[in-house]
Amino acid sequence: MANLVFIPAPDLPPPPGQVGIIRWLKLNFFKDTFSSVLTLLGLYFIFWITGPLLSWFILDAVYAGDSAACNAAEGACWSFIRAQIKLFLFGLFPRDLLWRPILAAALLAITFALTATRIIPVLAMVLCWTALVLISYWLFAGGFGLQSVPTTKWGGLMLTLMLSVIGIVTSIPLGILLALGRRSKIGLISFLSVVFIESIRGIPLVTILFMATILLPLFMAQGADLSTVFRVQIGIILFSTAYIAEVVRGGLQGIDSGQQEAADALGLSGWKSTALIILPQALANVLSPLIGRCIALLKDTALVIVVGLLDFLGIAKAAAQSALWLGFEAEAFIFCAAIYWVLCFGLSRYGRSLEQIGAAK
Amino acid sequence: MSEKIAESRGGRQQPPAVIELTDVHKWYGNFHALKNIDLTVRKGERIVVCGPSGSGKSTLIRCINRLEVHQRGSIHVNGVLLTNQTKNIKEVRQEVGMCFQQFNLFSHMTILENLTLAPILVRKMPANDAVDLAMSYLKRVNIADQHDKYPGQLSGGQQQRVAIARSLCMAPKVMLFDEPTSALDPEMIKEVLEVMVDLANEGMTMICVTHEMGFAKSVADRVVFMDMGEIVEENTPDEFFDNPQVDRTQSFLNQILSH
Amino acid sequence: MQLLEKIKFQNHRSLLRGRVYSFVIQFLFMALVVWAVYALMISTQANLEARGVDSGFDFLDQRAGFPISVSLIKYTPDDSYGRAFLVGALNTIYTAIICIILATIIGVMMGVAQVSGNMLVAKLAEIYVEIMRNIPVLLTLLFIYGVVLARLPGVRNAIELFPGGYLSQRGIYFPQPVPLSGFGFVIASLIAAIILSIFFQRWARKKQRATGYDSPVIRVNLALLIGLPTVAYLIAGQPLDWDVPTLQGFNFQGGLTLKPEFVALVVGLSLYRGAFIAENVRAGIMAVSKGQIEAAHALGLEPGKVISRVTLPQALRVIIPATTNDYASLVKDSSLAIAIGFADIVSVGGTMIGQNGQALEVIAIWMAVYLTINLIVSVAMNAANRKYQIVER
Repeated sequence: MANLVFIPAPDLPPPPGQVGIIRWLKLNFFKDTFSSVLTLLGLYFIFWITGPLLSWFILDAVYAGDSAACNAAEGACWSFIRAQIKLFLFGLFPRDLLWRPILAAALLAITFALTATRIIPVLAMVLCWTALVLISYWLFAGGFGLQSVPTTKWGGLMLTLMLSVIGIVTSIPLGILLALGRRSKIGLISFLSVVFIESIRGIPLVTILFMATILLPLFMAQGADLSTVFRVQIGIILFSTAYIAEVVRGGLQGIDSGQQEAADALGLSGWKSTALIILPQALANVLSPLIGRCIALLKDTALVIVVGLLDFLGIAKAAAQSALWLGFEAEAFIFCAAIYWVLCFGLSRYGRSLEQIGAAK
Repeated sequence: MSEKIAESRGGRQQPPAVIELTDVHKWYGNFHALKNIDLTVRKGERIVVCGPSGSGKSTLIRCINRLEVHQRGSIHVNGVLLTNQTKNIKEVRQEVGMCFQQFNLFSHMTILENLTLAPILVRKMPANDAVDLAMSYLKRVNIADQHDKYPGQLSGGQQQRVAIARSLCMAPKVMLFDEPTSALDPEMIKEVLEVMVDLANEGMTMICVTHEMGFAKSVADRVVFMDMGEIVEENTPDEFFDNPQVDRTQSFLNQILSH
Repeated sequence: MQLLEKIKFQNHRSLLRGRVYSFVIQFLFMALVVWAVYALMISTQANLEARGVDSGFDFLDQRAGFPISVSLIKYTPDDSYGRAFLVGALNTIYTAIICIILATIIGVMMGVAQVSGNMLVAKLAEIYVEIMRNIPVLLTLLFIYGVVLARLPGVRNAIELFPGGYLSQRGIYFPQPVPLSGFGFVIASLIAAIILSIFFQRWARKKQRATGYDSPVIRVNLALLIGLPTVAYLIAGQPLDWDVPTLQGFNFQGGLTLKPEFVALVVGLSLYRGAFIAENVRAGIMAVSKGQIEAAHALGLEPGKVISRVTLPQALRVIIPATTNDYASLVKDSSLAIAIGFADIVSVGGTMIGQNGQALEVIAIWMAVYLTINLIVSVAMNAANRKYQIVER
């Protein structure tokens, strides 16, 4: 007997002042007195800072010319960067052999793209990164058909990327082993793992770099020698391994004990169940923190300036103190900061996208 | 329609209106969420609001205690006009108690602290009196022995009963329930509904948004059916369920009562 | 019966096999470690002898022979290496403490700004955080030291921030308060004010429990802590003299000096860590369930009370573990002082290694100091964490 027909009422437009620009402004910038004051202060700050920054960075800047021209001008000296760009990117690497680090960089980009887009299976990824490390080392150092280049000539962004990439690629498997070692039921292994992890994580990277550069020669047989770059690389690997181990441990702790039980029920031995069931899940859970460690390592390699290596930051500082281009530290540091920022911010965006993929699952 | 019901009572002296919504409209940006809402709730009345999801039921009751803001029309609670003035809002919120679908107990406080927080801070009650008050309400909802536990240690049904007790500690004139049992496992729905029925029998004015039609049939004075932001039909439970007037109401009832 | 015994026997055997396996592994590993350590020791000893470097910690009593520009305690180059280490350690510790305080203030401000309703302020804070987090802290440090501070005017043209406060290339100068004879009275009044305010808070709490009356605790406390010492100060005849820095010859004499190395280190580290702490604060505030906030409002609580009683305690539960991690990192970051010449324990140790080559001992001392500080921070961390744990079923 429902004989009345429901005719929905028409949608009316909202009263004025409810939508549109005015409302948006009011809500976000002028909600109450305090907010309005902050908005005005913020606007004042922006206006105060934009003019001088714009002039210095762009309007009054010198884009071509020598250091005399730069000194005469008010703005930034970008011609300094342009003139010294090879130094910033490749350090003292022989200028006729630059195709080698450039090729290495291209390979790095390709390998990263392959990994990030997940086109290839995991095993292939591992092989690619290992191959990248070996090929890049060959390209940098020479030998086996290529002209040798001593490590003292390695520097600039090339050195930074090398230290970071080799650092991460090597420390991930080592860190996984260490994390498993920490969880091991064999008392001695577990104890040693904990001692190593907590000692490394408790001290600054600077002291570890000192340890690597000063102690390694002491430990080795007399006569044997490792170049500074090697010693530093070992130090970085040790440092990163401890932190990766903690990240992996976090991932392992997040795995349900039911997984281990299921693997046991299937008859998988200890190593097999760990490698095939537990680890892949643990690592998949901590992809984002792992990317976080990559970013941290990239930033941490800047510290090698303390032990005398001229990485990207070190070269920037040295370049600004060279006789020809004296006094342009600001430009050098800002250029350096910009490149670091692009790399780190890009990685962090990638890490965030991984997080969202993980959450979606 | 409320006039018809009033007439059917033989024109007796009516209890005062506790909540009056007059031509209330609400927009979310350009979306017209509530249209032409006219609703009067009198003291002691138990109203059940039902309807499909997205019909504006929650929005309606959240406008009553200013958790949502209406843009046209007027809302009076206990004679107080609801405006942007913080004094008004505070006055209204003290007289209106609300129970949420997700219980929303303060997870860092014990059950007792949950209950005594508002009486102490808002009604400026001495702490000891607040504790006595809280314990009495906890006894009423049969959960007094859990008073020093934390919400995370309680089941869903227990948490919702605590939430009801927490609202009651402020001695509200009207209780709003926003789908109080929708997040509960079936075996816990009964214990919460029992508390709500007790409350109704003691004369508490309440507006309840729910899908529990059994509750509506046994306790409600009026059932309000909403769809697409407006009130479609409003009637006594008997009339509503057995003799719906509007076709939309009929199709809704067919859907929900079929299983 | 025989089958059961057979199974028991087999289980016993595999258990034994497992134990033997574990024992053998441990033994082999132990042997490997012992051999490695032994080989290292032999090798190290040979190398040290070849370089003519002494061993042992006796060097700590020797004369240091190098100056340290910033020191909390008295130090001259005639003091021992041990004392030099102490100076460095103290510098590390108080730098870390100041950075922790500053970074927390910056972090809280930037974190709250990002969740405030004001889009402009939120965006500015977000830009700050995203810039600072993605640049190496050393770069920020070098920039502040080499560009910002280095371009400050020379001493002769120092910027006068306020009477007696100067900003120059050589540092920041402040007038230093010099307490005169009556100052003890002012200190006593401050202590009295603190005690009174504690008692007042206790009394206010009791009164509230009994009658529900909300005393204006904050206002009274402020009045006590500021008013009482001020009154005492005036009564005692203003017993405070100021050692104002004055330009004499080539530098300022007198007053309090903050060296540019110190300023760069503290500002750089705090700006960097502040960005990380801001992220923690933002995450903590956003982690608080919106439903609980709504419930608090629905009960009639004022916005201020909602923040202090509901939002803050729950936000802290997330903020504290993450932030104590950042504090531990700050302590380690302070070692970057070596890059700009501030005399922390790594700088001092580095100088020592350069002088007498006893790297092993210096590194051992570094590890001992940093691991001890880390342990203290960890203990404090765990205590703070436990306080804010939420009890679950």
